[in-house]
Amino acid sequence: MEGLPQERLKGSQQGQERRFAAAVIGGSAGGISAVTAIVSALPPTLPLPVIVVLHQSPQEPPAWVDYLGRHASLPVVEAEDKMPLCPGTVYCAPAGYHLLLETNGDLALSVDEKINFSRPSIDLLFSSAADVFGPALIGIVLTGANSDGARGLAEIVGAGGLAMVQAPAGAEWPTMPEAALQTAPQAWSLGLDEIADQLVALSMPKQGLNCPASKGA
Amino acid sequence: MPERGDLELEALEIDLLLEAIRRQYGHDFRDYARASLRRKVRTLAATLGVEQISALIPRLLHEPELFSSVVGAFATPVTEMFRDPPFFRFLRESVVPHLQTWPFVRIWVAGCATGEEVYSLAILLREEGLYERCTLFATDFVDPVLSRARQGIYPLRSMKINSANYQRSGGRGSLSDYYHADYDSVIMDAGLRENITFANHNLVTDGVFSEVHLILCRNVLIYFNNVLQQRVLGLFHDSLLHGGVLALGSKESLRHGDFADRFKELEATWKVYRKSD
Repeated sequence: MEGLPQERLKGSQQGQERRFAAAVIGGSAGGISAVTAIVSALPPTLPLPVIVVLHQSPQEPPAWVDYLGRHASLPVVEAEDKMPLCPGTVYCAPAGYHLLLETNGDLALSVDEKINFSRPSIDLLFSSAADVFGPALIGIVLTGANSDGARGLAEIVGAGGLAMVQAPAGAEWPTMPEAALQTAPQAWSLGLDEIADQLVALSMPKQGLNCPASKGA
Repeated sequence: MPERGDLELEALEIDLLLEAIRRQYGHDFRDYARASLRRKVRTLAATLGVEQISALIPRLLHEPELFSSVVGAFATPVTEMFRDPPFFRFLRESVVPHLQTWPFVRIWVAGCATGEEVYSLAILLREEGLYERCTLFATDFVDPVLSRARQGIYPLRSMKINSANYQRSGGRGSLSDYYHADYDSVIMDAGLRENITFANHNLVTDGVFSEVHLILCRNVLIYFNNVLQQRVLGLFHDSLLHGGVLALGSKESLRHGDFADRFKELEATWKVYRKSD
């Protein structure tokens, strides 16, 4: 690592404070405990939505969403089609569906072809979120035994967003964070607790997203 | 990696492309959910080696064969037989007894794509002794896709997951009772097609298809924006007989629209509704 993230961030932004509007997280093998470690450390006042894609077998019940919810102090919901994004809420991709973002910030699902053998695809979520949020997006790649998310993370960086990966040395399966570091070498390589701390520290104040009164969940 | 201005320009180019397709071919994609459609348009541009989306316009206008070969990719979801086995179990155990109360049953599989769902339904109805009293309409708006559905030929490798789904859905036999394998393909038993009518119907532009007792339209509405979703739900409401049943995809819902109080929810997880007015 080349110094503390905050210092590098300031350096890259000429001392201006950056503001973020959303975070996207992708994980595969070992991802449930990794994402739980992050989400359980987030406060209910987190002012941005967090959108999570984990690879899983569609044959298994989506128990990880309930599991994550039990360990979180902020609401955790399974994404439904056309659900609006609300700050301080964690949205999880349902098994067997791709999860994308529409330009207005609503969630969208599709059952298009698998991408790199995966549906949901981390690359697809990251890429569509980069289109919507550009430099206001944080992308995070966690443990996994494939390279999904690597291309998407590079797109987030290309659109001016901020990239983090779970430090490969501490990851249950280092392949995925390593692949992401290859395509997005600017990404910060951090421990899970550091990722959670950064998410809180970098969050923007609440004016970013207008949440409709009718919450989807 | 698009800049902000590039994205706005891309949005304009996609608008122009969809307008060109609508006016030349009559297929209206303007109210499709954009995030997914944008991906497909970008993929098509990359596949055809054109630099800009707008450069697709002359290609698709002047090469009708090219348009026919790509339109399916815009609009055809990928599915499997007995997808969501607990849904088919619910259909078998709770909806079929309701359908049994009618002397004749008309069923509409709207947006049938390559046909996996309608064959699944035919098998289920046969096993429950209801098939002979049923007429199934399987509709899609893409003719080449519809003829694939009519043929009922699927890759052999897809039958592993299909068979597992069938068993978990409460199937009474073996899925292999309903198809013949030939090299690396299977063909569905022609008897399953006896009461199925395959027809071209476009949910975006066409009207009521028939009066029906059951509509299956799973994972089609996710491709539409809110405006088009409401239009199509209106079409379904008009098509269903009183007490008729509507099954949507498990991540779709009537909750956010105009039709929430015109249907009664029969099953919350699998989004099965009964027309109540």
